[in-house]
Amino acid sequence: MSNKQITAWDRVTCARQLERPKSLDYIENIFTDFIELHGDRCFGDDKSIIGGIAMLENVPVTVIGEQKGRSARENIERNFGMPNPEGYRKALRLMEQAEKFHRPVITFIDTPGAYPGMGAEERGQGEAIAKSIMKMSSLKVPIICVVIGEGSSGGALAIGVGDKVVMLENSVYSILSPEGFASILYKDSSKAKDAAENMKMTAEDLKKLKVIDEIIKEPEGGAQNNFEDVVDNLKKYLVKEVKELSKKSTEKLLENRYQKFRKIY
Amino acid sequence: MIIDKVKKVNEAEEKPVRNSRAADMMIGKWVKCDNCKEIIYKDDLHDNLSVCPNCGKHFRLSARRRIKQIADEGTFEEIGEDILTKDPLKFDGYMKKVETLKEKTKIQEAVKCGICEIEGEKAVLAVMDGNFLMGSMGGAVGERITLAIETAMDEKLPLIIFSVSGGARMQEGIISLMQMAKTSAAIEKFNQAGGLYISVFTDPTTGGVTASFASLGDIILAEPKALIGFAGPRVIEQTIRQKLPEGFQSAEFLLEHGFIDKIVERKDMKETIAKLIRMHKR
Repeated sequence: MSNKQITAWDRVTCARQLERPKSLDYIENIFTDFIELHGDRCFGDDKSIIGGIAMLENVPVTVIGEQKGRSARENIERNFGMPNPEGYRKALRLMEQAEKFHRPVITFIDTPGAYPGMGAEERGQGEAIAKSIMKMSSLKVPIICVVIGEGSSGGALAIGVGDKVVMLENSVYSILSPEGFASILYKDSSKAKDAAENMKMTAEDLKKLKVIDEIIKEPEGGAQNNFEDVVDNLKKYLVKEVKELSKKSTEKLLENRYQKFRKIY
Repeated sequence: MIIDKVKKVNEAEEKPVRNSRAADMMIGKWVKCDNCKEIIYKDDLHDNLSVCPNCGKHFRLSARRRIKQIADEGTFEEIGEDILTKDPLKFDGYMKKVETLKEKTKIQEAVKCGICEIEGEKAVLAVMDGNFLMGSMGGAVGERITLAIETAMDEKLPLIIFSVSGGARMQEGIISLMQMAKTSAAIEKFNQAGGLYISVFTDPTTGGVTASFASLGDIILAEPKALIGFAGPRVIEQTIRQKLPEGFQSAEFLLEHGFIDKIVERKDMKETIAKLIRMHKR
C-alpha cells in the first residue's frame, strides 16, 4: 500500500491501536538508565503521565510522556492516557527540575485529551494546562516534543511546546478527536471519518501547515511492525537535535521558540 | 427600578436553567431574567449595567457594552481591528458564517482590543465577545490577544483581559489549538518584563481560553455566578454519567477551590481594576 492510499482515518485508527508502542516503550528503548520520578508534590501521582531522568547516549535528559495502557487492564490504571491536573503539575515539576540541572527535555505525546472529570475541574485542569504551556515557552533548556500516537486537544499541547515538534508518520495531532469534531460541527459523531479528512490532523498535513518540524518514518502498518527501526530513526533524530539545540545560546533558543509559535495564525 | 406591576408572562414555576438561551430572550422592549423570571424593561436593564435589578443576575455583555462600562468615555482606541478571520482548513461554510455574523453582530471577530483609560489610568484592554461564534479562539482572536499583550509590554502598560469563550475555534482546527501556546508564551514574556496582567472571567469561559491566558493573570477576577471550567458541563456529565451538582464550575466554586482571587460585581468592576492598577504603579 503506497502512502497515497492511506487516508487520515487510517492514521487515526493506527494511532489508537492497543498494540502500538507507547511512551514507556520508547523511553525504555531509546534511552538507558531510566529512573522514573513520581508525584506533583501537591496532590498525587498521575499514572497517565510518566517522567524521569534517563541517558540519551551520554547526555542526561528529562523524559516525560503521556502513557496509555498496553492492555485493557493497564488502560484502566493509566486512565486511557487522559491526565488529571496532578499529571500536568508533575510534568511541570520535572521540567523545572530539568532547567535547574541544565538537562534537555524530551516529551512523548499520546492522549485522547485531558480528563474531563469532576476532580479534574476541582483541582484546576485549565490552570494546570495553562501553566505548563506557559512555562514550557520560557524553559531555559532545549525541548523536543514527539507525537507518537494520538495528540488531542489542550491535553496534548500541555506538554507540546518545544523547540522542535515532530510526529511519527502514523500519529495524529488535532484540536479534538474526529468524533468530537463531527459531533460539534456536523451534529453527527458517526461522520468522524469525514471529519478526520477535513481536520488536517496527519503528520503530512501538519508539516505543510508548519505546525511540526519533522516526520519520523514508520514501517507499513505501524510502528509495532518493525519497532527497532522506528526506535533507531527517532533516536538518531533526538541525538542530532539535542546536540544542535544545545549549541545555541539560551537567548537565541528562547527567541526561536517564541517565534515558532508566534507565527502561527 | 424593579417593575412591580408587570404581569408575569409565564406563571408556571420553571426551574432556573443554567446557561439557557433564555437569558438573551428579548420580548420586544422587555426581557425576562432567566434566574428570577422577572420581566424587566430593557432600558432599565442596560441602565443597571445589564444586571437584573431584581435578583442581581449578571447578563452576558457584548464587547461594545463592556468597553463602555470599563473604559473612560471616549478613550478607547482599538488596535488590531485589521486582523481578520482566516480559513486554514478551508472548512465548508465557515467564511460565509463569519460574514453573516459580522453583519449581525457589527463586530469583526470575537475579541476587541485597544488602549484606553480606566479612571484616568492608561491600560491595554481586551474584551471577548460571546456573540461571535461563542467567543471561540481561532487564529484572529489569538493574534489580536497576542498583539494586545505585546502592546502592553512595549508601552509598559497594565493589561486587562475580559474572557468569555466556548474554547478553541473548531473550524480552524490545529491552528486554534496553537493560539493557546502563542498567547501563553506572550503572557510569559510580559510576566518576565514585570507587567501587570489582570484577568477577568465572565460567563461562560471554558476550554482553550481557560487553559491558556485566562488562567494566567497575576490577579484573576470573576463576575458572580460565571461558569468557568476546562471541560464543559455536558462533556463531564457524559463522561461520569451523572448530573453535576448545582453551582459546579461557578465562580464561587472556583473561589472556594483556590483558582480565582476575587469575585467582583459588575458595579464595582471598574473601580476595582483602577484601584489595582494604581497599587502597581512604580
